Amino acid sequence: MTDRAPTVDPGPAPGASPAGEEFIAPGHSLESVTDKISHLVLTRRTPRGWWIGFAISFLLAMLLVPSVGVLLAKGTGVWGLNVPVGWAFAIINFVWWIGIGHAGTLISAILLLLRQEWRTSINRFAEAMTLFAVTCAGLYPLLHMGRPWLFYWLLPYPNTMGTWPQFRSPLVWDVFAVTTYATVSALFWYVGLIPDFATLRDRAKSLPFKRVYGILALGWRGAARHWDRYETAYLLLAGLATPLVVSVHTVVSFDFAAGIVPGWHATIFPPYFVAGAIFAGFAMVLTLAIPLRQFYDLGDFITRRHLENMGKVLLATGLIVAYGYAMEFFFGWYSGSEYEHSMLSNRLSGPYRNYFFALMVCNVLAPQLLWIKRCRTHMGWLFLVAMFVNVGMWLERFVIVVVSLSRDFLPSSWDLYEPTKWDWGLYVGTIGLFLTLIFLFIRFLPVISIFEMRTLAPQSSEGNGDEADEAADREGGAS
Amino acid sequence: MFGVIAEFAGADELIAAIHRAREAGYTKMEAYTPLPLHEVIEAIGHKNRLPLLVLLGGIVGALTGFGLQYWVSVIEYPINVGGRPLNSWPSFVVIMFELTILFAAGAAVLGMLALNGLPRPHHPVFSVEGFELASRNRFFLMLLHYDPQFDHVQARTLLEGTETLGVQEVPHA
Repeated sequence: MTDRAPTVDPGPAPGASPAGEEFIAPGHSLESVTDKISHLVLTRRTPRGWWIGFAISFLLAMLLVPSVGVLLAKGTGVWGLNVPVGWAFAIINFVWWIGIGHAGTLISAILLLLRQEWRTSINRFAEAMTLFAVTCAGLYPLLHMGRPWLFYWLLPYPNTMGTWPQFRSPLVWDVFAVTTYATVSALFWYVGLIPDFATLRDRAKSLPFKRVYGILALGWRGAARHWDRYETAYLLLAGLATPLVVSVHTVVSFDFAAGIVPGWHATIFPPYFVAGAIFAGFAMVLTLAIPLRQFYDLGDFITRRHLENMGKVLLATGLIVAYGYAMEFFFGWYSGSEYEHSMLSNRLSGPYRNYFFALMVCNVLAPQLLWIKRCRTHMGWLFLVAMFVNVGMWLERFVIVVVSLSRDFLPSSWDLYEPTKWDWGLYVGTIGLFLTLIFLFIRFLPVISIFEMRTLAPQSSEGNGDEADEAADREGGAS
Repeated sequence: MFGVIAEFAGADELIAAIHRAREAGYTKMEAYTPLPLHEVIEAIGHKNRLPLLVLLGGIVGALTGFGLQYWVSVIEYPINVGGRPLNSWPSFVVIMFELTILFAAGAAVLGMLALNGLPRPHHPVFSVEGFELASRNRFFLMLLHYDPQFDHVQARTLLEGTETLGVQEVPHA
């Protein structure tokens, strides 16, 4: 511990100096930024570490084959869930993944609107993380249906059964919220990539790559009028994604809060879930950014300032989440309801108490380390805290879902929940799928937004003598 | 001929050239830059209609959301839930909101692409030698052939009088 009193403002440094220098190492120019980032993708040599990481992730992802296969062949009975715990891993993992996704949108959209320039080097992979996390999240409700090929029954369409969705149910809201979120995240990510696809098209040496990136670039040529509309579209998408991300996790929390189960029926849920989502998401961004920065030597672009800022956001949202836990307890007690009281004592001393205490250690105690500047700026400590939070946010959903459902109103219907190997197989499988997609992304797409990094570099190339001569030569060849 | 194009090492040279062409009476021109630059867009002069499209997208989304839910809940498939009104609009707000965002985002992306005339796999400017540097560190200005006063010799002379790295003629592809 240091002797510094922990009086630092935990907020995301609103008065941070806008100077670009601290978010990009000095000495970079338009060409060095372009070349360095596009080189990561266009290099012919794939680093050995990439192959090892990809192989492990892919093996984990292959766990999905038996997990989903057995599930579809035998039905959801292969999972540990049964009445009264009818919503276990499927919803825990759904909420966990959706929450992780939210930081990507937050970094891209909200920080763009707040003109936090430091987001520039981390927004691309944060957005990729969002997209992949939402993909993993979407698997759970689909598989939980037991017959995922009938997923379109969720949507309003004229059908021979003569039925329509019940629009007063939060579960139907969730369908709209999550599909809109997935669509808008994908659009936002792709639009952000268009100018960079054009850069890769212009840099690629091999024809197949040139073609593929060329098709993806849609013929982008950097015309000033195009940039004008492009920037407007990007800014408006950010403006639209910002309330969207808040609404999505609010609706997810309604899935619980609109129910009457003690431990679910609380008005604190929407803000508490949104803060928890940002908390979880920033932890995952750090989990991905720290190794990426280390192995790909991106310290020039993802500087210590970035990591420290993310540490501050983690601390601030962690405190909001801790406040949420405190309020859950306060209102449980203040309600005077015997069911709420028994829910609280069940959390503290019931059969799942170890999960609850582990949750407190991971989500409330561990982030307090970030008050210390040395921990916020040290890669190892930050990574450790982020891993604690990743686990802690999973435990939080476990406590909310399983502990609440296992003991509701009638003691005669109480029962414990035990996940089976198929529950774990599917969970680990989606982690593998997520990491596999991340590895593919790192290899084939620019992990840092090239054109946005150019805006941080000085806006002129030297145009030294040799290059001017070259240009003059070219001129002679024109018709 | 499609136009005459000049290459520049920096944004300042490009902006100076745009002003030069404007003073000479040219109105149809396009600049190409590796990054969005407001000064360049301002110099080129552009009226952006995209925000209006996005607003319309959002309004259509909200109306679609309400219309769908009203029609299903009140007309097509009315279900009496505890005697509450069929048109329980507060519970329709969430889906109206989501569809507002969805339609507005769709309008932003599709509108941007449509107004930009993308996707367009080929364009005459791609035949310019060294144009691949427009996505790295070079800036270009093209005077277009459909400018009423376009004359390729004069255009060439004008651009050669700027701080350019080189001028080329762009054939129709």
